[in-house]
Amino acid sequence: MSRIHHCLLVMLLAFSLPALAEEVLAPKQALPMHDPVIEQRLVKLAEELRCVVCQNETLAASPAELAVDLRREIREQMKAGKDDQQVIAYLVERYGDFVLYRPPFKPVTWLLWLGPVLFLGIGGGAWYMTLRRRRDAQPAPVDEQKRAAAAQLLEEK
Amino acid sequence: MIPEIGNFAVILALLLALTQAVLPLYGAQRGNLTLMAVARPAAQGQFVLIAFAFGCLAYSFLASDFSVQNVAKNSSSQMAWFYKFTATWGSHEGSMLMWVLILAFWSAAVSVFSRHLPEDMAARVLGVLGLISVGFLSFMLFTSNPFERLLPAALEGSDLNPLLQDWGMIIHPPMLYMGYVGFAVAYAFAMAALLSGKMDVAWARWSRPWTTVAWAFLTCGVALGSWWAYRELGWGGWWFWDPVENASFMPWLAGTALMHSLAATEKRGVFKAWTVLLALTVFSLSLLGTFLVRSGVLSSVHSFATDPGRGAYLLGFFLVVIGGSLVLYAWRAPKMISGSSFGWYSRESLLLANNVILIAALASVLLGTLYPLFIDAMGLGKLSVGPPYFNAVFVPLIAPALFLMGVGPLARWKEASLPDIVTRMKWALGVALATGLLLPLTLNGFNVWASLGFFLAVWIALAVLAAFIDRLKHAQGGLLQKLAGLPSGFWGMQLAHLGMAIGVAGIAVVANYSSERDVRMEVGSYAKLGGYTFTFRGTTEHDGPNYRAARGTLEVSQDGKPVATLQPEKRVYNISGMAMTEASVHANIFRDIYVSMGDQLDDKGTWIVRLYHKPFINWLWLAALFMVVGGIMAASDKRYRIALRRSDAAKNLATQGSAS
Amino acid sequence: MKWLPLVLFLALVGFFAKGLFLDPREVPSPFIGRTAPAFTLPLVGDANASFSPADMKGKVWILNVWAPWCVTCRQEHGFLMQLAQTGVIPIVGLNWKDKERKAEALLARTGNPYVAVPEDLDGRVGIDYGVTAVPETYLIDKQGIVRLKHTGLIDPGVWKSKFEPKLKALGA
Repeated sequence: MSRIHHCLLVMLLAFSLPALAEEVLAPKQALPMHDPVIEQRLVKLAEELRCVVCQNETLAASPAELAVDLRREIREQMKAGKDDQQVIAYLVERYGDFVLYRPPFKPVTWLLWLGPVLFLGIGGGAWYMTLRRRRDAQPAPVDEQKRAAAAQLLEEK
Repeated sequence: MIPEIGNFAVILALLLALTQAVLPLYGAQRGNLTLMAVARPAAQGQFVLIAFAFGCLAYSFLASDFSVQNVAKNSSSQMAWFYKFTATWGSHEGSMLMWVLILAFWSAAVSVFSRHLPEDMAARVLGVLGLISVGFLSFMLFTSNPFERLLPAALEGSDLNPLLQDWGMIIHPPMLYMGYVGFAVAYAFAMAALLSGKMDVAWARWSRPWTTVAWAFLTCGVALGSWWAYRELGWGGWWFWDPVENASFMPWLAGTALMHSLAATEKRGVFKAWTVLLALTVFSLSLLGTFLVRSGVLSSVHSFATDPGRGAYLLGFFLVVIGGSLVLYAWRAPKMISGSSFGWYSRESLLLANNVILIAALASVLLGTLYPLFIDAMGLGKLSVGPPYFNAVFVPLIAPALFLMGVGPLARWKEASLPDIVTRMKWALGVALATGLLLPLTLNGFNVWASLGFFLAVWIALAVLAAFIDRLKHAQGGLLQKLAGLPSGFWGMQLAHLGMAIGVAGIAVVANYSSERDVRMEVGSYAKLGGYTFTFRGTTEHDGPNYRAARGTLEVSQDGKPVATLQPEKRVYNISGMAMTEASVHANIFRDIYVSMGDQLDDKGTWIVRLYHKPFINWLWLAALFMVVGGIMAASDKRYRIALRRSDAAKNLATQGSAS
Repeated sequence: MKWLPLVLFLALVGFFAKGLFLDPREVPSPFIGRTAPAFTLPLVGDANASFSPADMKGKVWILNVWAPWCVTCRQEHGFLMQLAQTGVIPIVGLNWKDKERKAEALLARTGNPYVAVPEDLDGRVGIDYGVTAVPETYLIDKQGIVRLKHTGLIDPGVWKSKFEPKLKALGA
């Protein structure tokens, strides 16, 4: 090898060694499993969906194979630009309303969604009526026998 | 031999329970002191027998006797001894035995601590408890006997479900049952009042401590269940509104309403009929819970293996016990109405409002839990009702009740003026509003739910402070002396309310400001979350007593300073083959950092790792602790024990009088 | 008013009694009365050929979703062979998530009751049909509309009570 080649080789090594060293020494930042923006949307949506093959778990948390498949499917749909409503419609079309943990507001669920308001209303009404009655109530007439017995106990001490 | 002896003990206990039920109840009707006196020894004998039977079953588990079917299905010789012991109650049959054991314990406790009650009342209370024992002992003996043999015996057991092989399993069911079953005492007192046809204010004073202690246990049990699920299930959640969780939460709501209603009945003699109905309702909800978990009508991760036969038996029992008590209520309750009056802002009025809100919340949870069943039973299809519904409905309903916690304790009995309360609390209101609006901004941006939570938490806490200031104004001595002089009933109430404030604050933060990340980690790589840096150092193989694990090591640091080394595990249990992930948690009062292993991605040790940052999660468990301590303090108030001595004296006078 | 708690309670018990006979996990299919979703899949063992539900237009047929790794499907297999031999109704066997490609060998060994065996490797068509487990079987009519979905094993009892009445109604 000529002198120049020798120098070039040394220069090459000199420049590449630090680069090699950097790869070995600097720790690598772990990559998220999936695109974080899509993933955040997915998790938020999947937490309101039911894993249809589990005993009572969300699609977000379930390790079941079908759940993994469905999450993959939803991820792809979101990447393709579908919005949350479209993804929900996709799933309901295939698995029915059973897949939704937030029941849709339709005639069959009116009682469910309006029930709590109704309960509070009925309770509030009962509270009001009770207070009206109590406000106007006369004190109970005292039983003379009991009054005498009480007086006697007080005397005894 | 031992299982057979245990079985025999249960049969004897059933006979004793029958005696405890029939003779005293009949005796109380007839005024026959001898028959009534049978109740105490019968209850105590029953407890001894069932404890013995429980011991026999526990022995079978500890000795790994696989000729007992229950042991073969739920245990293995490889498990650590303390899990073998807890497997005693890890199945439907075993947990039924625990149920009757705890019922017998409460009955025995009532038999010991009821000397101050009139004989007929004590006899009725113990008699009713005896009836319930009869029902559950027969259920256990005829449909769910834990002592059944498996012949020929298995060589090895099927192992306890790995999810149950955790510290939480050791303590959660016993605490939960102590609460659940403890409300049977409140029920028995209510039934005794209905049976005797009269109820004076003393009744409320007698039943109140029993109710409060049961409530404290239930609070502990529910909180432990939540804590266990949080640590064990690995998804970072602590409440899922699962039917079985709701089944323990509903009695808690009703029990809270009952405690508050009893306060008004004890102090002012009002709400008698309502309090009795509430007492019936609380225990009915306990029974409902027992039914839901074991009948298979609802789908839940907690359900035991189901059997329609058992479900039918339980439903029949349920129908008789609750139906019977409601008939008795309809018949006898109207005679109890008292005529005391009270004003719009009086403490009675506010307690009634508290009850209304709690019952509306309870009814909503019940509606949501049972709605899928209603719809299916009417042939209208299959629906799911999950956390989005419950959160949307429960939070707005409970908020007013939380607000009232800042007002009620300050209101006087019979009559109070709104302007007076407003004057005393207006600075507290100001501070609470300011905190509610400003604190979210410092954390991670405005959030209306966090805002509401902070407002309510600060409001309640300041109301507790105001109550102390008010009370101490009129007390004697130095500060410590004054504090020590306050009655434990007062301390109990304030601690419990403060606990609620702590809980609300914790929930406000953890529900709205948690973060999590799923990352693929090569050995040596790092990830950041919540201001912390997690560096993955790879995994090692590790063998447990009944599992093999891949144990990961993560070094956690903050601003370059090391904070913790976490070692989550991915376990595969030898016998069942079930895979389970065991999270590793580093906790302090301000946050948890929580790590769990996902799946292994390649042979070079790359894993999917799940990182969680859970701020203020431990405030939830702290809140429960405050509430439990508050409950116990309230139940141990001197006045319950003074009343004991005074009525002992009165009883002596009465017996002297009748003897002469 | 005092009877209200009892009345409510009795109504509740009534629902529970009914509930004891229901299975909360049995989910009805939303496809009943709807057109069977379209798909085109290659056949097991012959990647050049394909199957699509449109191929079966004009016939009443059965789509049986199965997998070689599914134990219950093996149990059902005997009955399906009998059914195929009677020639009453054509059966198409959707091979679901057979990643290890064991279907061809299995059918060669145990017999093939299917007129076609499309291959759904990643389970996408399964998702389109709302499949949650195997075996699941769909009865599809001449216009391609799903008339019945059965989850689980088909045996002579199930066939007689569930499928035959529907077949008669469809005139097959």
